[in-house]
Amino acid sequence: MAMNYSAKDEVDGGPPSAPGVTAKNRRPDNTAFKQQRLPAWQPILTAGTVLPTFFIIGLIFIPIGIGIFVTSNNIREIEGNVFMYYGLSNFYQNHRRYVKSRDDSQLNGDSSALHNPSKECEPYRRNEDKPIAPCGAIANSMFNDTLELFLVGNDSDPMPIPLKKKGIAWWTDKNVKFRNPPGEESLEERFQGTTKPVNWLNPVYMLDSDPDNNGFINEDFIVWMRTAALPTFRKLYRLIERKSDLHPTLPAGRYYLNITYNYPVHSFDGRKRMILSTISWMGGKNPFLGIAYITIGSISFLLGVVLLVINHKYRNSSNTADITI
Amino acid sequence: MTGPLQWARYHWQRMICGANRDDNDRSYNYSSLLPCGGKSSQTPKLAGKHRIVVPHLQSFKDEYEKFSGTYMNNRIRTTKYTLLNFVPRNLFEQFHRAANLYFLFLVVLNWVPLVEAFQKEITMLPLVVVLTIIAIKDGLEDYRKYKIDKLINNLITKVYSRKEKKYMDQCWKDVAVGDFIRLSCNEVIPADMVLLFSTDPDGICHIETSGLDGESNLKQRQVVRGYAEQDSEVDPEKFFSRIECESPNNDLNRFRGFLEHSNKERVGLSKENLLLRGCTIRNTEAVVGIVVYAGHETKAMLNNSGPRYKRSKLERRANTDVLWCVLLLVIMCFTGALGHGIWLSKYENMLFFNIPETDGHVISPVLAGFYMFWTNIILLQVLIPISLYVSIEIVKLGQIYFIQSDLDFYNEKMDSTVQCRALNITEDLGQIQYLFSDKTGTLTENKMVFRRCSVAGFDYCHEENAKRLETYKDAVCEDETFADTPSGSLSNMAKLRVHRCRTVHNGPLNHLAGNCLAAGSGEGTSEVSHSRQAAFSSPIETDVVPDTRLLDKFSQITPQLLTPSDERVQDPPLETLDIIDFFIALAICNTVVVSAPNQPRQKIRPSSLSGIHIKSLEEIRNLFQRLSARRSSSPSLASRKEPSFGVPNAFVSRLPLFSRMKLASPVEEEDTQMNENPEGSSDSFCHEEIEKELSDVGLTNGKVESLHGQSLASNLCYEAESPDEAALVYAARAYQCTLQSRTPEQVVVDFAALGPLTFQILHILPFDSVRKRMSVVVRHPLSNQVVVYTKGADSVIMELLSVDSPDGASLEKQQMIIREKTQRHLDDYAKQGLRTLCIAKKVMNDMEYAEWLKNHFLAETSIDNREELLLESAMRLENKLTLLGATGIEDRLQEGVPESIEALQKAGIKIWMLTGDKQETAVNIAYACKLLKPDDRLFILNTQSKDACELLMSTMLNGLQKRNQASPEQASLTEDLCQLPTPQGSELPAGLIITGKTLEFALQESLQRQFLELTAWCQAVVCCRATPLQKSEVVKLVRNHLRVMTLAIGDGANDVSMIQVADIGIGISGQEGMQAVMASDFAISQFRHLSKLLLVHGHWCYTRLSNMILYFFYKNVAYVNLLFWYQFFCGFSGTSMTDYWVLIFFNLLFTSVPPIIYGVLEKDVSAETLMLLPELYKSGQKSEAYLPLTFWITLLDAFYQSLICFFVPYYTYQGSDIDIFTFGNPLNTAALFIILLHLVIESKSLTWIHMLVIVGSILSYFFFALTFGAMCVTCNPPSNPYWIMQKHMLDPVFYLVCVLTTSIALLPRFIYRVLQGSLFPTPILRAKHLDRLTPEGRTEALKKWNVAGKMSDVKSKFADHSTTPSGGRPVSGPSSVFAMKSAASRAAGQENLPVCETDLDPDMPKASGMVGPTKG
Repeated sequence: MAMNYSAKDEVDGGPPSAPGVTAKNRRPDNTAFKQQRLPAWQPILTAGTVLPTFFIIGLIFIPIGIGIFVTSNNIREIEGNVFMYYGLSNFYQNHRRYVKSRDDSQLNGDSSALHNPSKECEPYRRNEDKPIAPCGAIANSMFNDTLELFLVGNDSDPMPIPLKKKGIAWWTDKNVKFRNPPGEESLEERFQGTTKPVNWLNPVYMLDSDPDNNGFINEDFIVWMRTAALPTFRKLYRLIERKSDLHPTLPAGRYYLNITYNYPVHSFDGRKRMILSTISWMGGKNPFLGIAYITIGSISFLLGVVLLVINHKYRNSSNTADITI
Repeated sequence: MTGPLQWARYHWQRMICGANRDDNDRSYNYSSLLPCGGKSSQTPKLAGKHRIVVPHLQSFKDEYEKFSGTYMNNRIRTTKYTLLNFVPRNLFEQFHRAANLYFLFLVVLNWVPLVEAFQKEITMLPLVVVLTIIAIKDGLEDYRKYKIDKLINNLITKVYSRKEKKYMDQCWKDVAVGDFIRLSCNEVIPADMVLLFSTDPDGICHIETSGLDGESNLKQRQVVRGYAEQDSEVDPEKFFSRIECESPNNDLNRFRGFLEHSNKERVGLSKENLLLRGCTIRNTEAVVGIVVYAGHETKAMLNNSGPRYKRSKLERRANTDVLWCVLLLVIMCFTGALGHGIWLSKYENMLFFNIPETDGHVISPVLAGFYMFWTNIILLQVLIPISLYVSIEIVKLGQIYFIQSDLDFYNEKMDSTVQCRALNITEDLGQIQYLFSDKTGTLTENKMVFRRCSVAGFDYCHEENAKRLETYKDAVCEDETFADTPSGSLSNMAKLRVHRCRTVHNGPLNHLAGNCLAAGSGEGTSEVSHSRQAAFSSPIETDVVPDTRLLDKFSQITPQLLTPSDERVQDPPLETLDIIDFFIALAICNTVVVSAPNQPRQKIRPSSLSGIHIKSLEEIRNLFQRLSARRSSSPSLASRKEPSFGVPNAFVSRLPLFSRMKLASPVEEEDTQMNENPEGSSDSFCHEEIEKELSDVGLTNGKVESLHGQSLASNLCYEAESPDEAALVYAARAYQCTLQSRTPEQVVVDFAALGPLTFQILHILPFDSVRKRMSVVVRHPLSNQVVVYTKGADSVIMELLSVDSPDGASLEKQQMIIREKTQRHLDDYAKQGLRTLCIAKKVMNDMEYAEWLKNHFLAETSIDNREELLLESAMRLENKLTLLGATGIEDRLQEGVPESIEALQKAGIKIWMLTGDKQETAVNIAYACKLLKPDDRLFILNTQSKDACELLMSTMLNGLQKRNQASPEQASLTEDLCQLPTPQGSELPAGLIITGKTLEFALQESLQRQFLELTAWCQAVVCCRATPLQKSEVVKLVRNHLRVMTLAIGDGANDVSMIQVADIGIGISGQEGMQAVMASDFAISQFRHLSKLLLVHGHWCYTRLSNMILYFFYKNVAYVNLLFWYQFFCGFSGTSMTDYWVLIFFNLLFTSVPPIIYGVLEKDVSAETLMLLPELYKSGQKSEAYLPLTFWITLLDAFYQSLICFFVPYYTYQGSDIDIFTFGNPLNTAALFIILLHLVIESKSLTWIHMLVIVGSILSYFFFALTFGAMCVTCNPPSNPYWIMQKHMLDPVFYLVCVLTTSIALLPRFIYRVLQGSLFPTPILRAKHLDRLTPEGRTEALKKWNVAGKMSDVKSKFADHSTTPSGGRPVSGPSSVFAMKSAASRAAGQENLPVCETDLDPDMPKASGMVGPTKG
């Protein structure tokens, strides 16, 4: 519109027409748009007009809230697949300089980036003149405790619970975003010329024995690299798959958790947790959303009533213009 | 391609020019060039730089190269940029803005590695986008100018070629100083040139200057003296003179210089000899001139200043709030810096969080905090709305587009609509508190209609003419049609005539008009097509029905004077001579150009008329000589009574009553009548009983006489520089005293009884505002004496009348009586709102004249301070005058003016009328246009000294304060002038009238406060006799001391200064040329358009823009705070939880268009309702839409919404395995919905465009997020949005969070609006309800509204008592009166007013039995 306008002469009173062109009629077009008479929805916000809105919001929100609340509360039942998380608190994975200390190209298998990582990885870019793979502070601080779960049965021999390592990362991360360096050789050869991150015990190609879960596409690594939004967070560690419909995944009983302690958290007043949880359509257990919906729905309903009163009292004055000043 | 070359050449030339000119000045010795001839003693002093022009010919080759070669050629370039310099120059200009510099600083800051928050390139994006948009806008504008320039530069004209020895076609751009140019009729003048030859035998050339100043009347230019006499065309080969003149300047009305012949003889040059670039040659077959200024040095180009830029009040307001935002930003950044320092000190040795630098060392928390401050500034930069400034500009363009598209501003007759010349103060239109208006041409039509005259002490009230005007008043709207109005014998003929004039002029000339215009200033001259019509007077002005009484006296002349042999006629009454002289003066004392409509703008040559009445002329001359001789001796009053008896006049003898009146001596007759009829004075002439009789006779008489002279006279059109001149000539024509032709040397007047008289013009002293008069010096064909006819403002002429008459006491006494009577008539006229002029004459003997001429010649030829010398010379001539009579010309009110003024006053706008007219006229117009109401109290300030003024003002104030005891603290003087007590509605409205002289005192420092305090009590103020300078000083005073928004509206050059001083200047493109329009911010064609411009468009623009600005602040604060809250959870480390691209595009793309649409299309109340309820305008005056409080509430709401928008997702995802950017996504999406739906809540009307834009914004957001999420695998580290949106779109929690967040965030604002709408609706909201009603319901509701409004008004209105605002307003005489009269007493004072006043406003109820309210 503006451009259309500035092409007109009247802007700065310039000559209206070129010589030789007959002076055109300056009469503005009588269109609804130009005369600002476009049909318009003119909402007038008064108690009367918005009453239904509040009742509708109330009527919708309260059931939703109840639904969410119930779902969330039901999560404690350990049925279906059980997810095993490790939780860290007071760990600022969202620190700006921490967050950017990675090289996505390297993680995507780009061989030039493998040997010459991005500057963002500094000071975890090179070690002893060798490029670090994977470089950066995030990778360097990867969680490396091992958790093992045993069911202590009646017999003295605790039965290890099979923990699935794969399927814990986003499918797109595992298959698209993270890739090992290309090549037919063994993973070790493909990572040749690089060195492990300073804090790591093993190089990246020794994260797992399964070649499909080793190197950059190790899912523990991928999960760690998805930096948490808040300083207290949990990360998916293992899956406990349900074996059959008849038995619960984790039958009632005594369990034994074996932790290989590698990861220090005392220095930053951190805490480590292990969480077992099922998952519903709305994720893990969180009563907040349900309560919030119920509250807002109720408030809305209440406001609706208040407005009803107001509307009743002031209807005469608000619908016509003759309010005495 | 040629662009850069042109540019380089242009600048090179400029440089060279400048250098050479300096050289010239140094080496150039004037004395060597000065003539050694006889005139050396009068050598004019030359000051400053001068320019020498020599012909561009072989013989002058050397000299030409020395001088003229260095002058600019005629190529013009109005563009700012060229292809080469566009980028650097545009950037340079744009970075003059503080806002752009701020963002540049941010970009630079982001390149500092330590504080870098985003990717370096991303920060540049907003700035680049903003700069690009503005650059494109500038570029397009410039390109348009370039095309126009090119067009003009390539126009063809005929230039004398050295080689070919003849005139050849050349482009305008190739014309150079010193070239000879030959132009034919209707061609446009390509450069400023001195006129050397005209095909007109009198050496005249007519030009039309509409391209320059919009004035469409013809102006005469004269061939340089000495060349006019040449019979053949000037031969450039034989032109050996040189021209010396001023350096280029922009004064259109001044040109000084001389032409020096080869024999060193000098001829003075003035503006009369200069043809200005951009004007059009008319009425002249061909002219030849020599170029003196070309291209950018022409006066037209030097006058060409671009559009004006003002800063609006709203924008100033917004700027302070931007500063608040800056403060807020600093506080937030400081918080971040502090927080980061503290956080880091806890983990100083924790290498997880305090990641060491490349070289391994760790930054200390303090230093890290310092860096963090700057990082935060980059991160939170959006708090300062960069896009606000661009958006405001775009919105204003849109608003202007709509203002200009408004059909209501279209004037069919002129084919013109409103022009917005200032692009960025539209919203100021909605905040006007004081309106300063000119009177003539602004409130009135500036169509001068002859109404009455007084000759030799007799008032002729022209009853029949008034009746005719009455009928016109109804038909005035359709005066284009041929409606057969029964308005006198001549009107129909006149209508046809006028129509003919117009049709002819709609012909091919319009092309050239456009041409000339394009060539001219290139700015604001778009009024040509309509002003052409304005050049000719409408029939309402041209047809004057003569007054029967006067006509009768007139008819008496004929037989008497044509039969000098009749022995009984010894002493023709002095009155008769005065009448003859009076009408001759009306006909010739002017600058009217005569043209015949059937040959458009072809001058009538006198030749066809001469030599008809030779014989009788000779006789008449003898008679005249005798008469004037006797007159200067001592005629006795008694002797002149007698000869009138037995005059062979059929009409007179048939009417004994009439003849008795007429034949009495003018003085005695008046006296006796006054005795008989003490309360009625001169009115008795128009007594009803004789009126009928007279009109019968008069009509027959008029018809009979009109037959012979009419055939020729009716074919003449008069064009005058000021419309009242033409009105007088038309009036003279009605009495068969027809101006036939005019050349610089002579005027031919066809005097019915005496035949054509040819007056030799000896001199014309043109009108100027200092002298307030003009004079012509002619040699009278009858008496062969030198006679000076002077016409001017009564105050001036009265002072110049001869006081000491050596010829005897009786004549002197008679003169004094005539003078007194005329003065009385003048006062009467003025009371009726007529413009008055006095006509006087002076007879000189040849000796005196020769003496004067000698001195005058000296004045004319001097180059420096010629103006003062000419003024002195005029003073020497115009003195000891004999009063002939006075005229009253009506300037009719424009259509719809009273209604508009009423509406504007209802809207709370204080209206001041500033006029140069006299007090009585001004006050009566003020009543007529309802500026003053009949029951207003009136204060009149008219004092001669400062002390008196002070005393009077304090008396008035005391009186007012006593009456307003209810609020004593209000009336007390406060320190701050802007808090002057503003009287509330508990008072009767008051009006103040102040005269120019008193205004001078009131404007002095010591009285300013008192004056302003006094005016604060008054609804309307009328300043009369105000000079242009005073007008602007008044505006300045009010604007600066009361700190209010002012608007000045005017149509003439005298209003320019006031228009420029006011916050908004409005020009009326009327008949007085284009100066006011050129200086204005908005130009309208009629005053009544002002009410819609202010009440509707002003209101809309203000509301729209202020709401949009507030929305911008809200939007940015709400969005940026999301980032800020996140800092509390990431150790204040400057992490953004949103992808940088989304962050940048959020403001730039996803939420940028809806507010602009909102700012352009928002309509809180419909136009109809706004017009019906002017009170709604008050909300804009009080800046209700954008108060400081509103700003802070908006910010508070923004904080609340951002808190909700952050913490609802926070608590939802607390403790989960969500990662940073997945967390940011619902936050961002919810913010988008909140921000857009907030706009919907705030919008008062939503059209499909709004919907389209809002839905489009949401779709574009999702489209971008999805596409970016799918494509970007490794790009944009570290904020990699890969597949996040896709994942969320499948996640019900995402939707639940977004819905919940949006609902909670918008709930308070929504509730607030609902409660406001129900419980305490603003007038605007209530008015909005009216829009929904049916027309009937609306009328009903409006009534109720008004009743409610009136109930609240304590003041009671006496609407039923409103009396005719025409004559009879109480006006004190020249002596100062403190008039706090009640309307009743004023009504009583009306008895002694002339009866004729009833004709003034025939459509108004007659002021009969006026019983004013006794209150007051």
